[in-house]
Amino acid sequence: MSDVQANMELDCRGLNCPLPILKTKKAIETLNTGDVLKMVATDPGSINDMTAWTKRTGNELLSHEESGDEYVFFIRKK
Amino acid sequence: MSDTKKMALIASRGTLDWAYPPFILASTAVAMDMEVQIFFTFYGLTLLKKKLDAKVAPHSNPSMPMKMPFGPKSFKNIEWPIPNLISSNLPGFNDVATTLMKKTFKSKGVATVEQLRDICVESGVKLVGCQMTMDVFGFTKDEFIDGVELGGAATFLEFAAEADIQLFV
Repeated sequence: MSDVQANMELDCRGLNCPLPILKTKKAIETLNTGDVLKMVATDPGSINDMTAWTKRTGNELLSHEESGDEYVFFIRKK
Repeated sequence: MSDTKKMALIASRGTLDWAYPPFILASTAVAMDMEVQIFFTFYGLTLLKKKLDAKVAPHSNPSMPMKMPFGPKSFKNIEWPIPNLISSNLPGFNDVATTLMKKTFKSKGVATVEQLRDICVESGVKLVGCQMTMDVFGFTKDEFIDGVELGGAATFLEFAAEADIQLFV
C-alpha cells in the first residue's frame, strides 16, 4: 500500500496511549474528505487502537504496516 | 435524534495515579466522536483545581511498582521494596514517589494529567463538580478551572441514564 499518496504525515513516534489517537483525530480534522493521513507510531497498542478508532469514527484505515519498531498507518478521511 | 454515543464518568479519587483514567478515557471518547460528562465527587473534586497538585501515595498501596526512571535498563527494572513503615513515616516520601512517577510517565511518552485535562476542556467534555462535596470540603467555584458546572447526584444520573457507557473511577 506504499503507493498511496499521503496528503499529510503525522509523527507519533515515542508517544503513548492515548496521544497517538488524540493527535490523529486533531490532524484528520484539518484534512478534506478523501484526503489521506499517514501516521507513524511506536506504541504497539496503536494497532488495535487505530483499528477501533477508525471503526468508530468512520474514517477508513487503508493499511497498516510494521517496519522495525514502527507502525505505519494510512487513513482516509470520511 | 443523533446516534452519538455517550459516556458518563464519576471521578472520585484525587491522586496522580487515579487522575489519569477519567481524563484518558474522556479525551479518547471525544476523539471517537462521543459525548462525555465527568462528575467529580469527593477527592476527585481536587482534579478540577486551577493548579493541579495530584500526588501519589505508595503507602498502603502494595501493588504499586517502585522503580527508578533513570539509569541503565537493568537499574530501571529493579523493584524497590519500600516497607510501609518507611513510606508512612519518612517526610516527603510522597513527593519523591510523585516525582519518580511523573518522570517515568514522561520518559514513556505519556501525556501529563494537565495536558489531558486541557484537551478535555478544549474538546467540550462537560465537567460537573459535586456541590455537596464542595460544601463539605470548603471548596469554592473560583478555585476550579473555567467551564465547570455544579450539580448533584440527580445531575449525573440524568445524563448517565441516557449514556451508553457509565464508569465509576
